[in-house]
Amino acid sequence: MATATVPQIERENYLNKEYGIGSWLLTTDHKRIALLYLISITFFFFIGGFYALLIRLELLTPAGDLVQADTYNKIFTMHGQVMVFFFLIPSIPAVLGNFLIPIMVGAKDLAFPRINLLSWYIYIVAGILMMHCMLTGGVDTGWTFYTPFSTAFSNTKVIEAGLAIFVSGFSSILTGLNFVVTIHRMRAPGMTWSRLPLFVWSHYATSIIQILGTPVIAITLVLVVAERALHLGIFDPRLGGDPLLFQHLFWFYSHPAVYIMILPSMGVVSEIIPCFSRKRIFGYSFVALSSIAIAVFGFLVWAHHMFVAGISVYAALVFSILSYAVAVPSAVKVFNWTATLYKGSIHYDAPMLYAFGFVGLFTIGGLTGLFLSALGIDMHVHDTYFVIAHFHYIMVGGALMGYLGGMHFWWPKISGKLYPEGWARLAALVVFLGFNLTFFPQFILGYLGMPRRYHQYPPEFQVLNVLSTAGASVLAVGYLMPMIYFLWSMRYGKPAPNNPWNAAGLEWTIQSPPTTFNFPEQPVVTWEAYNYDEIDTGHKQEVQVAG
Amino acid sequence: MPDSTAAVSTSAHDDVHSPALLHHFATPEQQRNSASFGMWIFLGTEVMFFGGLFCAYLIYRRWYFADFAAASASIDVKMGAINTAVLICSSLTVVLAIWGAELRNRALMIGMLLLTMLFGLTFLGIKGIEYKQKFDEHHVPGASFNFEHEEVPSQPGHYANAYHAQIFFALYFIMTGLHALHMVVGLGIFTWLLIMAWKGRFTPEYHTPLEIGGLYWHFVDIVWIYLFPLLYLIDRHK
Repeated sequence: MATATVPQIERENYLNKEYGIGSWLLTTDHKRIALLYLISITFFFFIGGFYALLIRLELLTPAGDLVQADTYNKIFTMHGQVMVFFFLIPSIPAVLGNFLIPIMVGAKDLAFPRINLLSWYIYIVAGILMMHCMLTGGVDTGWTFYTPFSTAFSNTKVIEAGLAIFVSGFSSILTGLNFVVTIHRMRAPGMTWSRLPLFVWSHYATSIIQILGTPVIAITLVLVVAERALHLGIFDPRLGGDPLLFQHLFWFYSHPAVYIMILPSMGVVSEIIPCFSRKRIFGYSFVALSSIAIAVFGFLVWAHHMFVAGISVYAALVFSILSYAVAVPSAVKVFNWTATLYKGSIHYDAPMLYAFGFVGLFTIGGLTGLFLSALGIDMHVHDTYFVIAHFHYIMVGGALMGYLGGMHFWWPKISGKLYPEGWARLAALVVFLGFNLTFFPQFILGYLGMPRRYHQYPPEFQVLNVLSTAGASVLAVGYLMPMIYFLWSMRYGKPAPNNPWNAAGLEWTIQSPPTTFNFPEQPVVTWEAYNYDEIDTGHKQEVQVAG
Repeated sequence: MPDSTAAVSTSAHDDVHSPALLHHFATPEQQRNSASFGMWIFLGTEVMFFGGLFCAYLIYRRWYFADFAAASASIDVKMGAINTAVLICSSLTVVLAIWGAELRNRALMIGMLLLTMLFGLTFLGIKGIEYKQKFDEHHVPGASFNFEHEEVPSQPGHYANAYHAQIFFALYFIMTGLHALHMVVGLGIFTWLLIMAWKGRFTPEYHTPLEIGGLYWHFVDIVWIYLFPLLYLIDRHK
């Protein structure tokens, strides 16, 4: 809290230090790279959203009247691939993590700034490959690329999509590698592991998954592409190969990938809830270590996607039990957030509304995950809309709510401008209502037996599908609103003070927007994380500031 | 692993600001530690990358052991053994190059870098000859693949299943091919290291690129140390 007044003349910061397209495309500043990612993933979010819109429009009526079955297969496939690999996986780590982790640990930049820029370029190359795939016909295998359909039968652009996702994986690996080295080696004096913000802890756990999981999907896609191009027989039962091997390899990454999406969101929520309850987080070390536990357990549950695929019943039992086990660290987090709220001085600003939304929706998503890890229930609801609703509660209700909450929380720091609070609260409400209207009916649809991935359905399912499509329209409005008022605020918003929320954490001790090297001098940390009791009683955080 | 800490400890209390120190690091030691830690993590991802292939290989080897043994018997164990020796020697020369940098012995450093690259090229040359043999024998998976009437070793009168042998050769080419690709990347890295060494960038205080380039090279060697017995030596014991 160096100063609370807003200066009249704009100080030099990372945004106005240099101008011109070259100063952005060749930057090694982690904050500028974060903004490059922000623009890129927003683009892909709207592409993925466009496909979602087509899905919901087709399902408005029982008959398959908007698109043909083959087209519908492509639409849901590309919705999944774009949203998972080009939006959700990079979302919070590449934007907020990139921007905040060096500042939160008290460093001038990530450990490898040029590798950070390289990861963005790799992402862009992957994005161009994906766009090329979509524009030249698309792919219809489902985002899961199941063999032997993908390798021997599909007549669509499987190789192109596989290569695009293969390339995007390297971007993800390099981001994770950069984070781990930065967190280990770049922490400021006094920034011990037990003083790290929980946002950093959750990104540490995320990075472990990115580093160890992503190479496995990479090699799996190499095998799929080789098998499809040359008919080697590795995954083709007619030639002695085993399709289940593909599923094992695929889910070994793609289940932990869910935790790549949700863990950063949990980190965001762990920052927001203490700030707007004006309390220290309850059980810091449990919240921190539960992130690591989720990353570790997350690697041991993959075959719960394969209960009906023909794995042995004993393997299924083990994976079922392990899937239950992953609920424990997740529940630890939810209980600790709730305990943090207890007797807190709660403020209902927009970031907090998103955090509330996250906790509620993640809880529903997590609990329905327990239904699915129960062998008997999974037989009934496998490949139905119950599964769709479950993972959208985690990925959209969880990951995306956290992303939006984080964007609101740190927007004053990122842009130096305040967003309009009234509109933001309204948008949070619209997103929450729209989300539930979209996806709650899908739980019922799935329980009643509506299978996923069909473009038509029996007429008795129509009411619930209409509700879902209506909700999707509301949700679309909710997503457009922040984009409009964020852009608006960049020009017309009030200048943001250094610490608009009176929040703890090194990022709030520096100016908004930060200078290129973040800190005028090497900061020295002498306080514990989330010391809201000290902040509110007037005890200042002692930061060494030049001058 | 050549993690030579002895030479670096002097640099910490040198007040001379090293030109190689990047702006966002406080000390040369922090920079060096970050670089080598980053490389170790990258090697972790490489272990998982090859790990997926090893997993697939081990499953099929267990299922189709006799067919895999027959297919393995058709590849040239002498060539593989020579290549193993070549790579082990190249790991030694990498370490000697780093030693040269630590001794400020430019001739030793550059000579050993050149020798390392020579070993690398020899490996790729021998690998190329092996691939050519497989191509001539129609053992490359695909339309012209042919593995009929090949006896299973130690089971006279039993012939290998050609489909299963094709899986062996598919994995053989993907595993050794990816390994060879890593060798090519390694040669690229070493060309760059050679240029840096030629320009006199490496000193006893600063030769981090040599160290992390060396780590990468050792890793690629170690992958081969596993590939050789798995692919070449199935059921060779009599």
